[in-house]
Amino acid sequence: MTLWILRRLFQAVLVMLAMTVIVFIGVSVIGDPVEILISPDADQAERLRAIAALGLDKPLWQQYLNFLWGALHGDLGRSFVYNEPALRLIGQRLPATMELAVTAVLLAVLLGIPLGLLAGLYPNSALGRLAMAGSILGFSLPSFWVGLMLIMVFAVQLGWLPSTGRGATVSVLGVPWSFLTLDGLAHMAMPALNLALGNIALVLRLTRSGVRENLPMDYVKFARAKGLSPIRVVFVHVLKNIMIPVVTVLGLQFGSTIAFAVVTESVFAWPGMGKLIIDSINVLDRPVIVAYLMMIVLMFVLINLAVDLLYTVLDPRVRLESAE
Amino acid sequence: MNEPTLVVRDLATHFTLRNGVVRAVDNVSFSVDRGKILGLVGESGSGKSVTGFSILGLIDPPGHIAGGSIKFLGRELVGMAERELRGLRGNRIAMIFQDPMMTLNPVLRIDTQMIETVQAHADVSQAEARRRSRDALGMVGIPSPDERLSAYPHQFSGGMRQRVAIAIALLHQPDLIVADEPTTALDVTIQAQILSEVQKLAANFGTALIWITHDLSVVAGLADEIAVMYAGRIVEAGRVESVLDRPLHPYTHGLIGSVPSRNRRGARLRQIPGMTPSLLDLPPGCAFRLRCARATAACEQDPPITAPGDDRLLRCFHPQLDVAA
Amino acid sequence: MSGAVEETPFRRIVKDYAGNKIAVLALVVVAVIIFLAVFASLIAPQNPYDLAQLDIMDGRLAPGAVSGAGWTYWLGTDDQGRDMLSGILYGLRISLGVGFGSAATAGVVGSALGLIAAYAGGWLETVIMRLVDLQLSFPAILVALMILAFLGKGVTNVMLALVIVEWARYARTARAAALVERRREYVEAAECLALPQWRILFRHILPNCLPPLIVIGAIQVASAILLEATLSFLGLGVPITEPSLGLLIANGYQYMLSGKYWISFYPGLALLVTIMCLNLVADQLRDVLNPRLQR
Repeated sequence: MTLWILRRLFQAVLVMLAMTVIVFIGVSVIGDPVEILISPDADQAERLRAIAALGLDKPLWQQYLNFLWGALHGDLGRSFVYNEPALRLIGQRLPATMELAVTAVLLAVLLGIPLGLLAGLYPNSALGRLAMAGSILGFSLPSFWVGLMLIMVFAVQLGWLPSTGRGATVSVLGVPWSFLTLDGLAHMAMPALNLALGNIALVLRLTRSGVRENLPMDYVKFARAKGLSPIRVVFVHVLKNIMIPVVTVLGLQFGSTIAFAVVTESVFAWPGMGKLIIDSINVLDRPVIVAYLMMIVLMFVLINLAVDLLYTVLDPRVRLESAE
Repeated sequence: MNEPTLVVRDLATHFTLRNGVVRAVDNVSFSVDRGKILGLVGESGSGKSVTGFSILGLIDPPGHIAGGSIKFLGRELVGMAERELRGLRGNRIAMIFQDPMMTLNPVLRIDTQMIETVQAHADVSQAEARRRSRDALGMVGIPSPDERLSAYPHQFSGGMRQRVAIAIALLHQPDLIVADEPTTALDVTIQAQILSEVQKLAANFGTALIWITHDLSVVAGLADEIAVMYAGRIVEAGRVESVLDRPLHPYTHGLIGSVPSRNRRGARLRQIPGMTPSLLDLPPGCAFRLRCARATAACEQDPPITAPGDDRLLRCFHPQLDVAA
Repeated sequence: MSGAVEETPFRRIVKDYAGNKIAVLALVVVAVIIFLAVFASLIAPQNPYDLAQLDIMDGRLAPGAVSGAGWTYWLGTDDQGRDMLSGILYGLRISLGVGFGSAATAGVVGSALGLIAAYAGGWLETVIMRLVDLQLSFPAILVALMILAFLGKGVTNVMLALVIVEWARYARTARAAALVERRREYVEAAECLALPQWRILFRHILPNCLPPLIVIGAIQVASAILLEATLSFLGLGVPITEPSLGLLIANGYQYMLSGKYWISFYPGLALLVTIMCLNLVADQLRDVLNPRLQR
């Protein structure tokens, strides 16, 4: 088990290294590093000085090592726009994005699993069919457009919810959070639902097909033959089996959800790092772009690692095999 | 004389499909006494498993019990409220399934799966339920039951898993156990161990046992009574020695002839010609007639149940009275 | 596979496909949408890119309003007085063009790399498949953002990004199918005949790998259109002068808050119908072309 974790950690480090190479190549070789790393407002003398200071006159491998060295020390350059360390900027925006993504994943669980159970247990009922049709729609909906429609209905027409922004926040440990105030929750409702839509459809389908797959199994009939109540059969026996694929997929989806927050944050003007990266791409604030990419790659690697670990906790069969 | 544990009369279980009705169980009658073992024999698709599930009320749509009666200790099970049936299942009537690899939930520990069974029918503490579970495991011959309780099913071999399933069936010392081919998936040596242990347990607790199998040799060594099913009907029934020594129905004859035996070394194994008929909209008459060497025009009528003596029942116009070679 | 005399595989596929009415309807809608997109310039009442035809006085008119020139804007107009119906038809053309174009390019590149990986094996296979794994472990939107961040925005770069995002799935599918086909007898027979490798690969193995690739292709077209729309909505895609559906929706954003819903609503509806019908077609194709996947 320990050996297995070490091996996974080693793989994670390798992926991180590969991504630094790709980002480095992207920034230094494909793009023009001078343009990328030096403010476009700089004059010629400043430019030359900066090139020397940044080591751009050195050979490529040495530049890469410098880049890596900086990355390891949390130094990915300063934002042109905000004139602050790029990593700190990302860090400031991170909580808002995380808050949104976690809420979206929670919504997917809270809505997707019950609807999926319903559709799986009663596939021919009107509600079951509706849930399935809704999930197909959920996959095809352009999420940014749904966001706009949500704003139109709930903010413009009905006036129930605020259309943009984060609302009132409460600071915990120096980080502002929206979910602790009613106003913040009202602001979060639409973006979170919007971001969750695809995940809800996904969880719904996974749960439904899991139920359909597990119900005819002998263990279900045996559980019934033991005289257990249908509630216990479904919510303990069947659900525990379904949770393995659902948690795995949802865990992996968490990374995608953070990435997709880019779109939702743009629609609802949610001040997270997704909004920041789009603004940064538009004004070519490249240090921020690099910082965002490295940060999100790191998150992905960590999430994949966590999902693998979680998987072994959930499925006793994997636990045994990996111990060998 | 005591009342039998289970009396099944004219049981009919049908499956209504889009293209017709499958009479999986048709006019089946038998009874099992306290402490006795009934061997329910037949090929796959003969309706023997459906009979077992009918007794537990575990027939799922599109299947349904279309008629007949199942009396368990004097109580009618057909039409009984689901809640009441649930109180009997796993408590007074237990079931053991064919494939031990599939019957235990792979992601729940053994103790979870046992304790929930205890607590479904007895208002006892977690600790007491655990103690009972441990005792049941010990009873079926699982070494160090205390440790094994916290294991997962995949940590057991097939034979051990079936012992766990049997232990679960025994938790409430049921009056009736329906065992659906419980040793088919196991090695021969393990099969023998389990058979002898089950026989012992049934005798000790006075549990009545229905042993569903396609294997005549298992029935020969285990059961007191035998009922042979073909295409949803019991074609012949009686005491095991009597039926196996002097089979009357051509089908029973064929079954016995197809079992390899020490006494007939070198002789050719006979096989029954033809295939089991589809049960979908089966025409009236004896279902075996198309494979039967003795069939005549009379067989196109439903053969009545006759009692050719020695406590035997038969459903055939042309019983084979000569003894098998 | 049947291979029966009276029933060619193609006929069987057509018959099986027709078994699902919704899928047939979806295919018809896709055909109509493609037709509308291809002949947009003939069908649309107005050329929305020709600024000379736009009348700023007709800006932000509601659906059904009548233009200064006397004809009806069935779906209303945007802020520049552009007829939304015409805008959507022309936008469809760009969206479909980008979607099909990038999916086809990615299909060729990805399938070729997948086949080569399957057939060459060794370090080449390892490199290609590691790249596929790495790429597929990140969501498409992130990879696209990364590429646009390096290359800058613009329609060519969006196309390039879409190809880079999508090739990996084709490569994985092609390799898996080719590995199965390789072990078949007809490949051994071809090898015994000492046919050149490229010929075995592209003339013999590739045609047999096509069914799964076609299914992936149908899904990829839908996701490419969706991704292009998303990137354009974010302002990273096509230029404002020739808006795709995503950009049309983005343009309507600011006016929606004042209740002028149609500028965003109708292009989104067109996008939704297109993607949903493509997905339905892909679903049915998967069921028909790959019986093993059926329940």
